Amino acid sequence: MRNILQLGIKELRGLARDVVLLLLIFYSFTLSIHTASTAMPEALNKAAIAVVDEDRSQLSARLSGAFYPPHFTLPPLITAQQMDRRMDAGQDTFALDIPPNFQRELLAGRVPSLQLNVDATRMTQAFTGGGYVQSIVSEEIAGFLNRQDGASVTTVGLALRARYNPELSKAWFGAINEVISSITMLSIILTGAALIREREHGTIEHLLTMPVTPFEIMASKIWSMGLVVLLAATFSLVVVVQGLLEVPLQGSLALFLLGTALQLFATTCLGIYLATLAGTMPQFGLLLILVLLPMQVLSGGMTPRESMPEVIQTIMLLAPNTHFVMLAQSVLFRGAGLDVVWPQLLALVGIGGALFVLALRRFRQFLR
Amino acid sequence: MASRPAGDDRAVTAPPVARLEQVALSHGANKALDGVTLDLPAGCVVGLIGPDGVGKSSLLALIAGAQAIQQGRVEVLGGDMAQAAHRRRSGPRIAYMPQGLGKNLYPTLSVFENVDFFGRLFGHGKAERARRIAGLLRSTGLARFADRPAGKLSGGMKQKLGLCCALIHDPELLILDEPTTGVDPLSRRQFWELIAAIRAGQPSLSVLVATAYMEEAARFDWLVAMEAGRVLATGTPGDLLAQTGAADLDAAFIALLPEARRAGHQAVAIPPRPAAAQAEIAIEADHLTMRFGDFTAVDDVSFRIPRGEIFGFLGSNGCGKTTTMKMLTGLLPASAGTAKLFGQPVAAQDVAARRHVGYMSQAFSLYTELTVRQNLDLHARLFNLPPETIPDRIAEMCRRFGLEEVMEALPESLPLGMRQRLSLAVAMIHAPRLLILDEPTSGVDPVARDAFWRILAELSRQDQVTIFVSTHFMNEAALCDRISLMHAGRVLVSDTPQAIREARGAATLEEAFIDHLQEAMGAEATAPEAPPTPDTTAPAPAPRGFDPRRLGAYAWREALELQRDPIRTALALIGSLILMFVIGYGINLDVENLTFAVLDRDGSAASRDYRGQIGGSRYFIEQSPILDYADLDRRMRRGEISLAIEIPAGFGRDLARGRPVEIGAWIDGAMPTRAETVRGYVQGMHAAWLTQRAREGHAAAAALGSFTLEIRYRYNPDVQSLVAIVPAVIPLLLMMIPAMLAALSVVREKELGSILNFYVTPVTRLEFLLGKQAPYVALAMMNFLMLAGFAIFGFGVNFTGSFLALATAALMYVIAATAMGLVISAFISSQIAAIFGTALITLIPAVQFSGMTDPVSSLEGVGAFIGQIYPTSHFMTIARGTFSKALSFGDLGGSFLPLALAGPVLIGLAVLLLRKQAR
Repeated sequence: MRNILQLGIKELRGLARDVVLLLLIFYSFTLSIHTASTAMPEALNKAAIAVVDEDRSQLSARLSGAFYPPHFTLPPLITAQQMDRRMDAGQDTFALDIPPNFQRELLAGRVPSLQLNVDATRMTQAFTGGGYVQSIVSEEIAGFLNRQDGASVTTVGLALRARYNPELSKAWFGAINEVISSITMLSIILTGAALIREREHGTIEHLLTMPVTPFEIMASKIWSMGLVVLLAATFSLVVVVQGLLEVPLQGSLALFLLGTALQLFATTCLGIYLATLAGTMPQFGLLLILVLLPMQVLSGGMTPRESMPEVIQTIMLLAPNTHFVMLAQSVLFRGAGLDVVWPQLLALVGIGGALFVLALRRFRQFLR
Repeated sequence: MASRPAGDDRAVTAPPVARLEQVALSHGANKALDGVTLDLPAGCVVGLIGPDGVGKSSLLALIAGAQAIQQGRVEVLGGDMAQAAHRRRSGPRIAYMPQGLGKNLYPTLSVFENVDFFGRLFGHGKAERARRIAGLLRSTGLARFADRPAGKLSGGMKQKLGLCCALIHDPELLILDEPTTGVDPLSRRQFWELIAAIRAGQPSLSVLVATAYMEEAARFDWLVAMEAGRVLATGTPGDLLAQTGAADLDAAFIALLPEARRAGHQAVAIPPRPAAAQAEIAIEADHLTMRFGDFTAVDDVSFRIPRGEIFGFLGSNGCGKTTTMKMLTGLLPASAGTAKLFGQPVAAQDVAARRHVGYMSQAFSLYTELTVRQNLDLHARLFNLPPETIPDRIAEMCRRFGLEEVMEALPESLPLGMRQRLSLAVAMIHAPRLLILDEPTSGVDPVARDAFWRILAELSRQDQVTIFVSTHFMNEAALCDRISLMHAGRVLVSDTPQAIREARGAATLEEAFIDHLQEAMGAEATAPEAPPTPDTTAPAPAPRGFDPRRLGAYAWREALELQRDPIRTALALIGSLILMFVIGYGINLDVENLTFAVLDRDGSAASRDYRGQIGGSRYFIEQSPILDYADLDRRMRRGEISLAIEIPAGFGRDLARGRPVEIGAWIDGAMPTRAETVRGYVQGMHAAWLTQRAREGHAAAAALGSFTLEIRYRYNPDVQSLVAIVPAVIPLLLMMIPAMLAALSVVREKELGSILNFYVTPVTRLEFLLGKQAPYVALAMMNFLMLAGFAIFGFGVNFTGSFLALATAALMYVIAATAMGLVISAFISSQIAAIFGTALITLIPAVQFSGMTDPVSSLEGVGAFIGQIYPTSHFMTIARGTFSKALSFGDLGGSFLPLALAGPVLIGLAVLLLRKQAR
């Protein structure tokens, strides 16, 4: 135990002298989170739309006037030929085509059609924006008809409320997601790259001629690097996320930090494991991309898990991130307590433990 | 050896080969050179003597043009080395072999390929190269090993290969930085014979050598003795001896040192070991053998060392000394045989046994980030000394090893001799009974070395500590009680130094050693068969402004290295396919299978109809009904449902009577994108339900004011996620991996030292960068074809546009991506930082700001600006355009232009940032 403490303190002292790494840690927990969160467009931001007005009526003018920032760009009036070219070049995501005589036919009850062209290679905007355009057009037409003859059409209202994040601000979500990414990335790099560097400098070997076991060396790296990332993450949540970005966090911070600690246990072990697999720094770099990218993309932080193929959902249950993302969303946004997130905590303990055993076995061979 | 035929007068009459005036150089706070003014005579062998860290290497690097001049004036071959033009002209006339065994060689390349690369750099034609290489390899005895990778050569052979590489272009000035350090005495002798033969054939050749071996220096024509960045004395070896009245150069050097440095120096004399004969046996090795694969590093080694003895271990680099020591400390488990320390077998897991042993490894392996005191303290604690005794013990060690003054200093700021004493103090902190020291005095100056050996003598004779030490220095070997000579994993002889010398009838220990080596090596120890014949029939072409051959040389070499590292190539190619698979299937933007539940307070036919409308869609899966608000709250908090619908009591009745009613919907907003989509779905379905009801109810009335909105999903009519994502993944992967590989390829050369070849050869920055880039562009294009093929045939994404347009864009794009890596590599010098840096400037912009999910036009602030100029955005547009929109060159002009510009602009930036000299 004493050795683990001593070696851990050594790691901390070493880190304290590495200015580049410290700057990197600082950057990824402050500026990086701030930029990522503020650059994230709100729900629908400046979606590029153009209008082909072949009707040139009062109604069609009203329709084109209904699209404005921040949700949409001010729509240029274009011709049908321009529409194809602009969409091909990716200048517009939406093009609303109002056919000739639209207003006249509408008033005559002949059920005319409007055409909305959507660039479906831009999926996110295609879906959300499509809904917006639909409801804006309906409202405008209803409003126009009301003014025409004062006849109000009774409808069934739909009161839509989003819970936990009423404005559906992506910045909130983006900030937390970024914190999670930073936690994972830094803990893997700090332990893994440091281990490779120590071996290249021969200091690891030197340690082993002393009465120190591989278990102690590994445990010391885990607690010291884990602690650094934990502190940085706490700072980031309290000062950057809650303070600067004014994201209201719901649940218990302590519970989230407990989850973070368990996540760090798993990822630091993973870092050591990857370092033992990679012989050289370039190989470690490539391996890092290979592991980090799927973990971040498929953990449910970027797109909802339930929409992924069954196989991937199952495989990703093996990654600590998946459970951590679930836990973070439950605790920080929905204010869930221990009664809700205990399965995730348990899963993290299990994954961390397994990675620890695996890493320790590889680490012993690595030292040969 | 090389006694100059022309005599001393030439050194005086010929113009000097190099002149230095008030040259000063510092690395950070460290002063390497401090006002050196010196004329070096041409046409002879000039030796720089002095221990490590006195500025010899810096001086040579300045003369070779590898190091940028900070202060003063350096003139070489009649020109100012501060001028880039002169460096370019004189590059082919100077050859530089840096310090370190095979430092500027490429370990994975074969002997022939290494020399060939240098030949290409100097612009020789193919036939000319083949002729020259054959001659050089024959004369150095390397011809038989032409196909062996340079990394697998012995130290001596590496140095001979280095010499071949240096001589390929007929230099007028040959600069050798410690060419024989770490080389066995026999190879050392052969090396100097080779130099002598070359000089006999080309008398005008000037040779500049730095060395730590005084016995070698004694045979040079002219010497410069250096200390602490200054010149102590110059002159022929005879002059120096006469000046100091010393018997040999070692003594002369010590005499030349300033008074303060010499203080307290006395020659080492170790009292004979008390002949108390059969003492306890400290180390016993019995048929120790270590194999790595089919290579036997240590072959059947046995010895017994009694307690208190100083046992020396001699041999060249790579002969198995370090491996033997590692087996003794338990760092490596022996393949066969046993090792016993104090009667106990050594076991790798045996922690307790390590308390008796102090180990000092070859390279300095203490923590450079901890101070002297912290290092001692850490090790004392790791050896579990009682905490209350630690301060006293540390104080005692510091007194004994003379470290009191530097307790709070960082090891890197200390001179080498001091650092070695610190290592020894650390190894001794727990008062072990046995010390294992692996080349503890390499690079330490004679004064510090003597002081070190006095400490060893004291430990052995007074404290009865057994010392097992390896060394290159014959005068140190002579101090040991007994020594073993080791070669190629075997012990050749083991006895007292005197007995070994006498048994061979040799005058010195070195001669006896060489004799043993020659006997052991047999066939391999071939002396040069014929001296190299320098010929000027085809002089190297004068360097031109931009030479595609030099570019080709770097590209060819980089491609060979890539080919020899299949792991890197495989990771890059297969890894990207795996990533594409994972991301393509994983990022699914169709939000489906969402869970919802209903709080139905009405229970009428109308409410059931409404529920059916939502539950029947492919997007939603209905869960068991919600009981009350508390239930709703609980289930949403757990993330069980993403949407809750509340149908108020009396819904059906009010609806029928035409009274306004309101349906409540709660969406889980924890994930905004998903919530946004859910909102869209619910609104759409609600509207559809209303229209349907209106039609059913009163068809005529509804017609007035009705319209339809046809939504045409273009390019991707089924709105499939794969179609949207897969073409976007290609740009993402083609950015990150090529950029990282290109960045590492340059930074790796910086870290390993072969960047020196770029510094001292006529290759220009543009040639170097383009040459390094070319193989990675080719690799990335291969990667592109694989990814595109996998997208089309694996994922079944329709390809509708011009493949030629896509491939052209891909080529421009990977040029830009690799150039981005080169830009990073220009100002970063460690591999870790390069990995970080590349990840930071590629991952975030490519994933978030390049339109993969959110179009660039919707971004805000800095992100929007980056998105507009980042090459990924433009390639993404082209990839989607050609894949899904059936487009070709003409339609995509707006994206091709910035993409075509990005590569050249980035390469230009890298050329500006890259330094052609070390700073």
